[in-house]
Amino acid sequence: MSRIRKLRRRALVVSGVAFSAAIGLAACAPPGSDGADDASAPLTGDPTCGEDAVVLNAYFETGFPLPSALADEFTRQYPNVTFDIREDQFAVITQNAPRTLQDSPPDLIRLPQMSELASDGLLLDLDPYAEAFGWDAWPASQLEQMRVDEDGSRGDGPLYAMGLGYSMTGVFYNKELGEQIGMAEPPATLEEFDGYLAAARDAGITPIAQFNGGATGGLAFPLQALMASYGDTAAVNDWIFQKPGADIDTPENLAAAEHLAGWIDEGYFADDVNSMDYSQMMSRFVNGESLFMFNGDWESGNLDTQMPGGAGFFLMPPLETGGTIGAMSAPATYGIAATAEHAECAAFFLNWAATDEQARTIEVEIGGSHPMGPADGFMPEVAEGSVTAATLAAGATISEANGAMDFIANATGSIYAQSWTPNLQKLVAGEQTPEGLLESVQADYESQVGD
Amino acid sequence: MPAPTSAVPAPGLGGDARPRRPSSGSRARSRHRRLGGDLLAYALVAPAALFYAFFVLRPIVTSAQYSFYDWNGVSTATWVGFDNYVAVLSEPKLVGAILNAFELILYFSIVPVGLALVAANLIRSIAASRLATAARTVLFIPQVIPLVAAGIIWSWQLSSDGLVNQILRAVGLDAVTRAWLGDFGTALPAVGVIGAWVQVGLCLVLILSGMTRIDASLYEAARLDGAGPVREFFSITLPGVRQEIAICVTVTVISALASFDIIYVATQGGPGNRTLVPGLQIFYLAFFEREIGTASAFSIVLMALVIAVVLPLQRLLRGRES
Repeated sequence: MSRIRKLRRRALVVSGVAFSAAIGLAACAPPGSDGADDASAPLTGDPTCGEDAVVLNAYFETGFPLPSALADEFTRQYPNVTFDIREDQFAVITQNAPRTLQDSPPDLIRLPQMSELASDGLLLDLDPYAEAFGWDAWPASQLEQMRVDEDGSRGDGPLYAMGLGYSMTGVFYNKELGEQIGMAEPPATLEEFDGYLAAARDAGITPIAQFNGGATGGLAFPLQALMASYGDTAAVNDWIFQKPGADIDTPENLAAAEHLAGWIDEGYFADDVNSMDYSQMMSRFVNGESLFMFNGDWESGNLDTQMPGGAGFFLMPPLETGGTIGAMSAPATYGIAATAEHAECAAFFLNWAATDEQARTIEVEIGGSHPMGPADGFMPEVAEGSVTAATLAAGATISEANGAMDFIANATGSIYAQSWTPNLQKLVAGEQTPEGLLESVQADYESQVGD
Repeated sequence: MPAPTSAVPAPGLGGDARPRRPSSGSRARSRHRRLGGDLLAYALVAPAALFYAFFVLRPIVTSAQYSFYDWNGVSTATWVGFDNYVAVLSEPKLVGAILNAFELILYFSIVPVGLALVAANLIRSIAASRLATAARTVLFIPQVIPLVAAGIIWSWQLSSDGLVNQILRAVGLDAVTRAWLGDFGTALPAVGVIGAWVQVGLCLVLILSGMTRIDASLYEAARLDGAGPVREFFSITLPGVRQEIAICVTVTVISALASFDIIYVATQGGPGNRTLVPGLQIFYLAFFEREIGTASAFSIVLMALVIAVVLPLQRLLRGRES
């Protein structure tokens, strides 16, 4: 290679590097901004959608027909309001939420874990609307999970979201398989439940269908149900809400984790639980391959259609008859971007969804979940003996017992995929102990909350 | 078997530019002409160079910049120096991801290159028959299938009721059946099988094309000297396709170290982080944990790692010719 050629090449390299360094370092200031002004102008009079044509920009979750059904009904009642709906998988919304809220603020967005979004100032404070619409008069526990204070801990502080109904979890069972092993009615204590699990296994039936594969540690469902049997739901909620000093590694939770490990050792879960995904779990339960399934009332309508009269539901039984009960119960949260164009109309829609009779009927029939709103709000008739009726009744029981908790996977944005899931998979494989599980999750939690 | 190219002067701009005692007038003319040619060359390269700088170099530079900050992607970032790099190189989970990537080299690179060599040699020996075309097509098809589809197909095959276990049961090997992608011991090799299946086609086509360039008289000569097929393979075929093997190894090693799609679809890093690789962890860090700084630091480390592995490999495999 001649010298000239070498020189030329060097010149080219130098100019290339200089050019890219120039464009790269043009903004050498720290990345990020302080965010734009928010839309929380003081309210004048009752919030409405007005008379002019409004297009609400909405970002919903794929696979859940409820919000779109509500949007259609809302347009029918208020023809000046239409919806521009974008849908994504929940995981995609989780990834996109911060940037979407910042760059193209939607009027309505299905929210993932929200404490970081709220403390970053991306969500609209809904308290003025709560006051204007009288949401304060509803049972306080309904809105508690959606309040975030300045430090990002939940349960207190301004309201940053509303629910389109709230979901309930517990245990679904196959009535026919239940009869085969002599389960005439749902177990009243944990011990009875253990007995049925053993009976099912001995009869050659997989006792529990549960997903735990990939990045979705579904054993968190039975684990949290066991936590409610062994201990106090308020303590679990404090941990989820990031209250100072909260610890998941308590003696009660350890007992729950040990009980779960016992179920694994006894062979109550399928052999391939660590590779089973949610849809495989559903198909195995619906096809009668498993007796029980830990899941939520969002499947009630589906199960009533797919196995009419064949499925039942019960709340996780307490340690002793009449003991305290609890269940994971969380609103399907929807928020308004801090800089949303039609914040007032979006808030009006959220209020309508909780109070309008037609909207509440849609929430029960299509969403399978209990509507938000006043304790004595309108409830549609549901078929007796259906799963939907059972989950709605269970919801009332939990509400009475004040036993609702949020999902332990919602404590931080990444605690589920990065900590619960791998540790629960290791527990199944015998590579993690119940003590180690809780210690490890607590350590990850502290490093994430500390940030 | 290096071709004796060094004696022939290389053609091109550099060759022409060598001054050969020209008169001053013709020198000025030729410089003028060269300048014009240069400008044209730069103008032709400019659009591609601009795209390259904007979409490849700029992201690398900004990633390097982000890697020194603690940033959640939205609010103002704070300078943290080398903290992110310390985290990447000290956190067991992140180090584990790097080790997994190196284990994948075995399945993504060594196995497919080996298989492709054997297959190419067999196909070459039956080159005239229709079977050769069929075999080549069958082995190359995985290259045409999108990686996501390959991941989905194989996660069905490898599930507890999938084809793999059905075959094992049919031959009486019930004891070894398992959920291959959900078992701590087999998840990474199972993902590796998917990668090997995809890569073998690429290597095969490259190596086959290399084999067609080998002079047939060499084989004839070897046979006259009494060489068997094994000796032929090691003395003629293998050195003859050395360049192609170098390309195969480079491409597949990079795909192992930077793997994402197959694993994201098949296991998402599970069970228990057993199949977690740097690409996946960077994605989780950036979009789930919203640790843009740590994610950027990890991607810079990954880039350095790929270069550190591939450059010596190139030297080693290509020999002095390059």
